[in-house]
Amino acid sequence: MDLFEYQGRDLFERHGLPVLGGGVAETPQEARAIAERLGGKVVVKAQVKVGGRGKAGGVKLADGADEAEARATDILGMDIKGHTVHKVMLAETADIKEEYYLSYLLDRANRTFLCIASVAGGMEIETVAEEQPERVAKIAIDASKGVDEAKAREIVAAAQYPAEVAEQIVDIAVKLWQAFVAEDATLVEVNPLAKVGDGRVLLLDAKITLDENASFRHPDHDALVDQSAVDPLEQAAKAKNLNYVKLDGEVGIIGNGAGLVMSTLDVVAYAGERHGGVKPANFLDIGGGASAQVMANGLEIVLGDPAVKSVFVNVFGGITACDAVANGIVQALALLAERGETVTKPLVVRLDGNNAEAGRAILDGANNSLVERVDTMDGAAERAAELAAAGK
Amino acid sequence: MAIWLTKDSKVIVQGITGSEGSKHTRRMLAAGTNVVGGTNPRKAGTTVDFDGTSLPVFATVAEAMKETGADVTVIFVPPAGTKSAVVEAIDAEIPLAVVITEGVPVQDSAAFWAYNLDKGAKTRIIGPNCPGIASPGASNAGIIPADITPQGRIGLVSKSGTLTYQMMYELRDIGFSTCVGIGGDPIIGTTHIDALKAFQDDPDTDAIVMIGEIGGDAEERAAEFIKANVTKPVVGYIAGFTAPPGKTMGHAGAIISGSAGTADAKKAALEAVGVKVGKTPSETARLMREVMS
Repeated sequence: MDLFEYQGRDLFERHGLPVLGGGVAETPQEARAIAERLGGKVVVKAQVKVGGRGKAGGVKLADGADEAEARATDILGMDIKGHTVHKVMLAETADIKEEYYLSYLLDRANRTFLCIASVAGGMEIETVAEEQPERVAKIAIDASKGVDEAKAREIVAAAQYPAEVAEQIVDIAVKLWQAFVAEDATLVEVNPLAKVGDGRVLLLDAKITLDENASFRHPDHDALVDQSAVDPLEQAAKAKNLNYVKLDGEVGIIGNGAGLVMSTLDVVAYAGERHGGVKPANFLDIGGGASAQVMANGLEIVLGDPAVKSVFVNVFGGITACDAVANGIVQALALLAERGETVTKPLVVRLDGNNAEAGRAILDGANNSLVERVDTMDGAAERAAELAAAGK
Repeated sequence: MAIWLTKDSKVIVQGITGSEGSKHTRRMLAAGTNVVGGTNPRKAGTTVDFDGTSLPVFATVAEAMKETGADVTVIFVPPAGTKSAVVEAIDAEIPLAVVITEGVPVQDSAAFWAYNLDKGAKTRIIGPNCPGIASPGASNAGIIPADITPQGRIGLVSKSGTLTYQMMYELRDIGFSTCVGIGGDPIIGTTHIDALKAFQDDPDTDAIVMIGEIGGDAEERAAEFIKANVTKPVVGYIAGFTAPPGKTMGHAGAIISGSAGTADAKKAALEAVGVKVGKTPSETARLMREVMS
């Protein structure tokens, strides 16, 4: 889960890291109240999870509460690269003298964590790494030792931060690591880490990604989820513990196992190229031990997407028995009909593996004109794409 | 013969009394695996019955190894307890630990991996979030169905579970020496490269199928390794050619970030070193069939 800047600022503050005073507003009136509390000049920043908001006009200076309210009025509701601005952050302004960069992130290749540190802050670190690689230091972090004062000194030396800010950044590097671990983050990026007029070093922006696998030990992280951005179907699926991602095509996809479902998306997209360019409408993994109930829930979500014109159920029975899946499909259709949600979209079902013959027999026996059985993955994808194209 | 898991392997199950642990212990036994016991500190000293096979429950992995000679552990402990279960296995210096659990925090995986290195890496860790390892006709440690394919001479390494089963099914007439599901998490104990090296050295493996998916650069690094070290034919498949950037596709590691991690980049890297890459599972199976004929 990626956090907004204001959530990152709050998180840094909670962990004792030096940040500027600030607050978040959803209305111009709230923005005015925060500006009054902060006093003097403030910066009003659009809260979107995408880069380049400054260039898009999403960051403005304001002198006093009246101006802050006016700038918030301008920015709220703006569209920045397809992201609607629902919130603005107001923060004190700083007299920035120098800008640096500091981050911790997961290093998959080396199965540990990495610190990236640079004296060149305030711009994209990828650009700096390309144009001035000598100004970007990468320091491996031993996951069992973490970042103590000695390691922080190694980071500061590698980055060649100026001597007059070294002690402050040592302290920041240690506390930032502690925050990274305590919050189960996979990325914390501070850009810029800035030296301001009075000599202090402050964290002026925050890009943080939290590990959703660790949410069981962070009940407070639930409150950080951005409900406005969550697709309603994705939200409904999550409530039913289904692994669903909304895409923008016409063929609904249900399968078991993340890899097989990803592969199903590909096969359907290739078939779609031969059938009017139809594409997969979603990713839905009903998991290893899928029951009838899970299948019913999955079908309900997928059929609830008005863009869906046909559904492809692709199951390889490993642990899952195909007869259970077939029963699930039959029961799910009956359940939806009972609720008055008459299903009119065709289903193409491919069952292979554990108890496939029994599963196929159940589908044939149900004799539902909407359900079509095709016994190979490629063939079923072809048929589902064809039906979706016909329904468009 | 096979890699890492043979008919002589003695297997224990951490979490043998839990619902997943007991369900899959029964299946492993039915597949002919030599399961010799399990652990649960609260039920140590008791036994569990599996259709007539009575298995002892021990307090720790070390005790189970001492009493039974076990050399493989399969871990079904829930995410909150997975790190300590793996650390216990590492402390006992068991040669192979297969971590099935899905949803392990990545900092926990990083921590037990670092701990294993500190202890001299005496334990091979497979997973987490993986289906395990199966040597058809010999032994089965994890949740891979045992009856998909008979023994044969193809080695398979894959990030994905059901996609592994699909590939085993497509090539069941040829058969497999060993199938390893390494898992789809960002940090895993055994990589494509580890498996490629073992298959290259295994006299009973003639060719290798490698299944990857979007995210990270493990497949690109595997390609470099193949170029320098693998002389047996390798056929590849990557899932997620049409996945959009920025969306996590089920596995915590399966996400395209920026320009990195795309299926096209992985396919290109593999093809550049002579690996044939299929666009679908069935095309991949066809390519392997050509190699084996």
